[in-house]
Amino acid sequence: MTFFETGSLATPAAFVAAALIGLAFGFWLERAGFGSSRKLAGIFYLRDFAVVQVMFTAVVTALIGLFVLQSAGIATPASLFTMETTLGPQILGGAIFGAGFVVAGWCPGTALVGAASGKLDAVAFLLAAGVGSLGYAAIYGKLADFNTVGACGAITLPEVLGVPIGVLTAAVLFMALVMFAVIARIERARSTEVPA
Amino acid sequence: MERKPYWNPYVAGVGLGLTMLVSFVVLGTGLGASGAIARGAAAVAHAAAPATLESNAYTGGWFADGSPLAHYLVFMAVGVLVGGFVSAATAGRVRPSVERGPRIGATGRIAFALTGGLLAGFASRMAGGCTSGLALSGMSAWIPGGWVFLVALFAAGFAVAPLVRKEWTS
Repeated sequence: MTFFETGSLATPAAFVAAALIGLAFGFWLERAGFGSSRKLAGIFYLRDFAVVQVMFTAVVTALIGLFVLQSAGIATPASLFTMETTLGPQILGGAIFGAGFVVAGWCPGTALVGAASGKLDAVAFLLAAGVGSLGYAAIYGKLADFNTVGACGAITLPEVLGVPIGVLTAAVLFMALVMFAVIARIERARSTEVPA
Repeated sequence: MERKPYWNPYVAGVGLGLTMLVSFVVLGTGLGASGAIARGAAAVAHAAAPATLESNAYTGGWFADGSPLAHYLVFMAVGVLVGGFVSAATAGRVRPSVERGPRIGATGRIAFALTGGLLAGFASRMAGGCTSGLALSGMSAWIPGGWVFLVALFAAGFAVAPLVRKEWTS
């Protein structure tokens, strides 16, 4: 039984659990090098691939873990919150977010880690992100129509595609391994180049 | 203390993925960061303009049940700050600085960080999450919106990157 399933996410016990999970989350982000905006921005110039490597390794690890736990009956779909998919705001939001990410060199989670490492540009990002969030709240009332564009409700890909979760998990694993192999080739080619 | 190298990205990725899995199994939700920033900002703004925040259609609900800070994502963000500090401190990486390339000054770099922050904060509320809460967590829970968000993020990121190259490279 998860805190979500029992409707107890707003209890002190859930807050303690969330803080401990956050501790591990922050630790891994920093160990990966994501307390550095130059390293993070590097992905957009194909200079540093850590963002893609870490992200897809994490997704594949979680997908395989979830598949195993659900197959074993330890986790159930009902125990997991299913976020709603609304294509319009999620596509436009993703695009504006991506622009913000490369302009700042930070996203919210990594900026927390950057701020904890003493990066003043991360502190600036966090303050501005707070203002930007309030800016959205200020115009939220005018976005009622836009916020229903492409509304699909609480759906999941295995449902939509009608493909078993194990097959989809294997497909994402394969896609990730191909990406990692391409990255390895690029890095190998670069390491043998004579620096100019 | 000597500055230690970062860990292998695949090792860090497995650690992050297992953390996500624990979050799924214990909390029943994924990881998140932008929600805490929005709630923190609302709590600060509330001190100056309580009526505006309480009557706002987006933030009003946060105050109806007490403080916007009484939310698991706020506690998770505090954990991220502490966990990030512990990792950075034990690797000799805590140092006050403005990170930038050789072609931009500290003031210019801060201006870009503020601009990007405004955009990312606004967009995270529009999309209902950020790289953590929507992309990473959504993709790991098979939410189509998470995958769509990531594709849009990278498309725009690569399109805008050439315009801000001077922030990072020589």
